[in-house]
Amino acid sequence: MSFVQEFKTQALRLTHDLRHRQLIQTALRKYEIVRDKSRAAFRDWQAARQAAAETKWEAINHLDKYLVEFTDKLAARGTKVHWASTASQARDIILGIIREKKARSIIKSKAMTSEEIHLNEALEHAGYEVVESDLGEFIVQLRHEAPYHIVFPAMHLSRGDISELFTRELGSAQTDNPEELTMIARRVLREKYVTADIGLTGANFAIAETGMISITENEGNARLTGSLPKVVISLLGIEKILPRLEDLALFLPMLAVSGTGQALTCYNSLYGGPRQPGESDGPEEYHVVLLDNRRTELLADAEQRDALHCIRCGACLNVCPIFRNVGGHTYGTTYSGPIGSVITPHLRGLQDWKHLSYASSLCGACTETCPVKIDLHHHLLQNRRNASNQKPSTLEKMAFKLFAFTVNRPGLYAFARGAGRIAQKLHSLVKRTRLDPAGGWTTTRDLPPIASQTFKEFWKTRNKS
Amino acid sequence: MFPKVGISVVQILERLGHTIDYPQDLACCGQPAFNSGYWDEARAVAVNVLRRLENAEAVVIASGSCGAMLKVFYQELFAGTDHEAEAKAVSAKCWEFSEFLVKKLQVTDVGARFPAKVTFHDGCHGLRELHNKAAPRELLAKVRGLELVEMQDAEVCCGFGGTFAVKFPMISTAMGDVKCASALETGAHYIVSNDSSCLMQLQGLLDRQRKTTKTIHLAEILAKT
Repeated sequence: MSFVQEFKTQALRLTHDLRHRQLIQTALRKYEIVRDKSRAAFRDWQAARQAAAETKWEAINHLDKYLVEFTDKLAARGTKVHWASTASQARDIILGIIREKKARSIIKSKAMTSEEIHLNEALEHAGYEVVESDLGEFIVQLRHEAPYHIVFPAMHLSRGDISELFTRELGSAQTDNPEELTMIARRVLREKYVTADIGLTGANFAIAETGMISITENEGNARLTGSLPKVVISLLGIEKILPRLEDLALFLPMLAVSGTGQALTCYNSLYGGPRQPGESDGPEEYHVVLLDNRRTELLADAEQRDALHCIRCGACLNVCPIFRNVGGHTYGTTYSGPIGSVITPHLRGLQDWKHLSYASSLCGACTETCPVKIDLHHHLLQNRRNASNQKPSTLEKMAFKLFAFTVNRPGLYAFARGAGRIAQKLHSLVKRTRLDPAGGWTTTRDLPPIASQTFKEFWKTRNKS
Repeated sequence: MFPKVGISVVQILERLGHTIDYPQDLACCGQPAFNSGYWDEARAVAVNVLRRLENAEAVVIASGSCGAMLKVFYQELFAGTDHEAEAKAVSAKCWEFSEFLVKKLQVTDVGARFPAKVTFHDGCHGLRELHNKAAPRELLAKVRGLELVEMQDAEVCCGFGGTFAVKFPMISTAMGDVKCASALETGAHYIVSNDSSCLMQLQGLLDRQRKTTKTIHLAEILAKT
């Protein structure tokens, strides 16, 4: 099945799943309430967005300079820096480190870039044990599923679903209590932190000025993942750069507010390299893998370069009425929702993924909420334009040529409208059958009757009298 | 498609003492082609619109969506072409109908009377491209006998979205269902908007589901005395 067919099939299923709709709507309404409260604590939210957008603009437009600064600082404290142009290069680098260290088990904290390069599959295929330590990720890993959402991987599941899963996979007793469910996962995970040979993390920000990685979380799992194992690897996209350490004063609260609605997440850690002489903890060896995977192609597109500002907060998914109705998995991509629809055509091919740019009412709620002011819904329009310029659909091209020809000729347009009136009378013969040419509309909706008097006719009779 | 809207606009503006010209040779702003990615075809239509509106003092558009096309998207469509300056000039004098009344004419009471309980749906283009949330509400507040009840999520899209509605009918319908549910919860007799396309989507769903709630364009309410 093609990607677009798969998308439509899943969309049809999920839009009819009223339990799913209810679950997502309830969760996101709670998010909206806390988000609005936290936003109100900013003296000027719009000014904060503008400042964040400008900082990211500076970082992205001077990526060459800042990446060098970042990696030089990291290397100076003994971190091994690796560059990966493609997903397969990144997997090979990470597998190489694991083999060299003769590691058996790997503990991971949340990293969407690792989803992007399908790292878990590669590691498991090579015979290693990989355990996700973020609770949501742990849950979807047990279900052999991709994360449903960038920030809330398991938001499509109820407490009951999770309890059943734990009973089946971990042999725990059924419970509806969130604290008890967390304790079940924690008992499994604590053991894994201690025995893991390698810790693997992502990154929320990469600070050029100090050569540090900033990780934001609520469970303390990333802190354990990044400090208990002897060898730690961080995988991050090259767009994660922030120029200065002080930029975090804005970006940490901004990410928290937009991501979960919190004023600040519970844990915010900075990682600057392996254990230094005289230090009592931290990994003996620290690796940073910087991933391109076609981000530089997006960087070359001046019109849509701001998509690299994205801090993966998921705010655009949360407000998107498409996402809320079709859910995260339907997209079939690592990054779902508006940002996914914008960047996936760049990362994985325009013709294969252009349907995501068409699967939007262009309502603009995403652009309005984005903390770094990515012009998301206008980029969807540009993707549509680029797709039809590159490879127009013959039928659509003809239809729009005919459209332009007709509306530019008043006589022809009046004739077409008259024909429309007759067609609407005949329409009742095929309405709601498979032959109905307007089936896309009429399967679920009535059509308005064409008015007996057009505005033009009104205008003419009125001006005569 | 919705002649009553245009007729209402004429009635209201003439009641306020303005002279109206109607460019009879214009049929569409070209948005369907633009939104579908066929910008050459959109330009072929839009260039006639620019020419025809060149001499108008102010252009009044009774739709947030068509308004956004002329005011915002024409500038993008014609950027770097010979018509760039014209697009900018036309953009500056285009007004969405409710904003024209409130901001340009500074009128909020047009002498309308409409005794009913209504809820207002913000069309996305009017709201997020033209940033016009207040004007329709200020006008409704002055309508005699009218009670406005805000629905939850008034700013959430109705799911129309032009060709999106027929390309992805399942998503469009689900969005419309969510919207209708919010509107029906208020107990309003009418869903009001300043965009006929949103209203066509909502009315289509309400009719199919045999609901008695009606949709009506803001201009139609303001024309009622």
